[in-house]
Amino acid sequence: MYVAVKGGERAIDNAHAWLAEERRGDPGVTEMSIDQIREQLKLAVNRVMAEGSLYDPDLAALAIKQSLGDLIEAVFLIRAYRTTLPRFGASNPVDTAAMAIDRRISATFKDLPGGQVLGPTFDYTHRLLDFKLAAEGLPPAAATAPATPGPVPHVTDFLNRDGLIETAPTDDTPPPDLTREPLELPASRALRLQAITRGDEGFILSLAYSTQRGYGRTHAFVGELRIGRVAVEMDIPELGFAVEIGEVELTECETVNQFKGSRTEPPQFTRGYGLVFGQSERKAIAMSLVDRALRWQELGEDYIGAPAQDEEFVLSHCDNIQATGFLEHIKLPHYVDFQAELQMVRHLRAEATALAEAAE
Amino acid sequence: MTDPAYNFAYLDEQTKRMIRRAILKGIAVPGYQVPFASREMPMPYGWGTGGVQVTAACLVPEDRLKVIDQGADDTTNAVSIRKFFSRTAGVATTEATTDATLIQTRHRIPETPLHAGQILVYQVPIPEPLRFLEPRETETRKMHELEEYGLMHVKLYEDIARHGQIAISYAYPVKVEGRYVMDPSPIPKFDNPKLTNSPAIQLFGAGREQRIYALPPYTQVVSLDFDDHPFTASKAPHDCDLCGSPDSYLDEVITDDQGSRMYVCSDTDFCASRRSAGHKGRLWAPAPEEAL
Amino acid sequence: MAAPQRWLATDTAPLLSVQGLTRHYGARIGCADVGFDLYPGEVMGIVGESGSGKSTLLSCLAGHLQPDAGRITYDGRDILSLREGERRYLARTEWAYVHQNPRDGLRMCVSAGGNVGERLMAVGARHYGDIRAKATDWLGRVEIAADRIDDRPSAFSGGMQQRLQIARNLVTGPRLVFMDEPTGGLDVSVQARLLDLLRGLVRDLGLSVIIVTHDLAVVRLLADRLMVMKSGYVVEHGLTDQVLDDPQNAYTQLLVSSVLQV
Repeated sequence: MYVAVKGGERAIDNAHAWLAEERRGDPGVTEMSIDQIREQLKLAVNRVMAEGSLYDPDLAALAIKQSLGDLIEAVFLIRAYRTTLPRFGASNPVDTAAMAIDRRISATFKDLPGGQVLGPTFDYTHRLLDFKLAAEGLPPAAATAPATPGPVPHVTDFLNRDGLIETAPTDDTPPPDLTREPLELPASRALRLQAITRGDEGFILSLAYSTQRGYGRTHAFVGELRIGRVAVEMDIPELGFAVEIGEVELTECETVNQFKGSRTEPPQFTRGYGLVFGQSERKAIAMSLVDRALRWQELGEDYIGAPAQDEEFVLSHCDNIQATGFLEHIKLPHYVDFQAELQMVRHLRAEATALAEAAE
Repeated sequence: MTDPAYNFAYLDEQTKRMIRRAILKGIAVPGYQVPFASREMPMPYGWGTGGVQVTAACLVPEDRLKVIDQGADDTTNAVSIRKFFSRTAGVATTEATTDATLIQTRHRIPETPLHAGQILVYQVPIPEPLRFLEPRETETRKMHELEEYGLMHVKLYEDIARHGQIAISYAYPVKVEGRYVMDPSPIPKFDNPKLTNSPAIQLFGAGREQRIYALPPYTQVVSLDFDDHPFTASKAPHDCDLCGSPDSYLDEVITDDQGSRMYVCSDTDFCASRRSAGHKGRLWAPAPEEAL
Repeated sequence: MAAPQRWLATDTAPLLSVQGLTRHYGARIGCADVGFDLYPGEVMGIVGESGSGKSTLLSCLAGHLQPDAGRITYDGRDILSLREGERRYLARTEWAYVHQNPRDGLRMCVSAGGNVGERLMAVGARHYGDIRAKATDWLGRVEIAADRIDDRPSAFSGGMQQRLQIARNLVTGPRLVFMDEPTGGLDVSVQARLLDLLRGLVRDLGLSVIIVTHDLAVVRLLADRLMVMKSGYVVEHGLTDQVLDDPQNAYTQLLVSSVLQV
């Protein structure tokens, strides 16, 4: 007779064992180390830190190794780990004006104080597969020169001085913490930025792209893109002053967007803002375009129904852990609900057939 | 980097307290969806993180936990969740519905009636019953606040106009204590009558959507319908082929290439109990030795 | 059917009372300093060319736009201080709004019967047969064939859609109906039929109506009183026949004389 399928537990254990083998791959090939991943897959590490909302390159590297290189799976590992960490408090806002800059460019001015510093960028590489990389060896050393000292002020400060760009009203309300409170709409700009910086890079990229193609166009110029290290400081109440607890690498993007006037003010440029862990340019630029698109209401613009303008649509779907969880869950058994639908369809078809026959 | 030691049932006490507050609010307003700060859990959203968080917040060391998925204790996800709580809470586990103090379930209510002192925790994918009629959360929230449920009844009306009857077969919407319209999670409509007036506490957790709702014991829960098209709790018109039960919800199993079918109780504990009590279905045979 | 008494006695309180209603768009005036009283059973027409401010005024009255200044009192209640929930409740029960484009006032993916039945179900109707019978009855009253009850509005002509919208709005017996160019976009014969229908319904149900239109023939047929708007201001008001037959304001004279006298 039919015996119900059992052995689910054993199946799971065997699946995990096989997964571990796949993770290792050919045992004849050298095993990857965390250090190698951290050093040589830096941009993957950055993405995992940004979307995992946890700045720790070693942990990110471990997560990448454990996930067989599936970056969303790695982000999931980081997020789950993050939940268990105790919290000591919040840092002071970081001062990106004091960033130790590796890369800094502006599309709005040809030259400016601090200069255009290309940094380690792909921008002008020719995308030709470099087969020399298949062999290992040390790359030629890059030329060095002493860094030019002096402050590197934000481009928007210059525009600000002449009143050409909107000033954000100072607001010291502590922003809500998406990982500690449920998302509630309508969301403040701070909450939106928080959601987007940890949102899926591909999703934010596509939304930003859509605005450029007319789905909520914001006429964005990259006022400034800067990448480098900033000090993280925290107030210690017992000491009565702030202490630097470390450094993080950040990418900051400020866009200068479509100008607007109002009943009481002459036209000014408007802003978009992006800030991401690590060197994550694409994400930071995309983030600033989506930020600006979502500000249509506070800027008195028209809602044209573009996806990037729809706050609820963007915030509900930008988290790739939520997205992949719900998407992939349809692999789980659904045979009970399916059975209910099956019975419904059979029943309705039987009734429809009976009706048709009665009509004849 | 070392493996951290976990708190009882994985979640820290602060988080459990936060979840319990949400549960209490839900119990105080039956059927109302309470927002809560869902944590990222070690299993993916969609795998029952809401249910797991609710269970974790409710568990005490003396509990006896049963976990079922599609009515069965041995489906892979039920196994996985039960293992999770064994490891992080060390509570006793059981497959017997009557012995369990807390039951976490996906897509079914056990056939065996629950008794006072039991907690039933449902895993919920989409807590909002109006979601597929109105995608915006900002709108559906107002509709609940203002008891604006016309749209829900329009959907039922349209079903009858098109199909001659209401065509919802699972996640069938209900009205709780005459006030809130609620989604009872994707249980087949056959299970809906078990929701009302239950001696147990029923808790609903949606992790990804960040909502908890609840039915305290002896709450009135009515499936939506029309006076002249009343709700019917239908199921496949068969008896269980193993235990002969005429009124339990059945799984359809395809048994050969020709498409032969058999029907067996979805509730594995219920079916096994009946068989050990001597009931026999059409295809019953003495159990073989446990295969390796 | 005999016309019911419409009592415009001054000891009756106005159903709707408006004072100093003003709304700007940037530096431009939308409507300015509009005030009037509307009594139960009255039909008030608001006429003017495009850009006169009549649509802005209607939007402010119906709660679709927030005015910059002014006061609106409905049945003794201060409308502008209502919470959104209270306003929505009002819009579902005692008020109705007939959009110029019927697609804005209908659920295009729901059958005609569902559209008409929705307000009934929203206030507790639970008998499918009764709802369907009432919907059929109302479809008849707006001259839509009963066998169209399960069809979607997307399958209807513009005139039919408009009549369906009217049925959907009136089925629960609202007290105050806002209409925005209800005959706009329809061809002349269809318009005439619709106006006739509206006149009958307004009379039979004793509705209070505020109707915005650029078409003087519409107000001649439907409205008891009339406000003429130009550049955001009310330039003339009074009984319809008086204003149309003996306009005092120069603009009104221009308006009236430019219409073919039928």
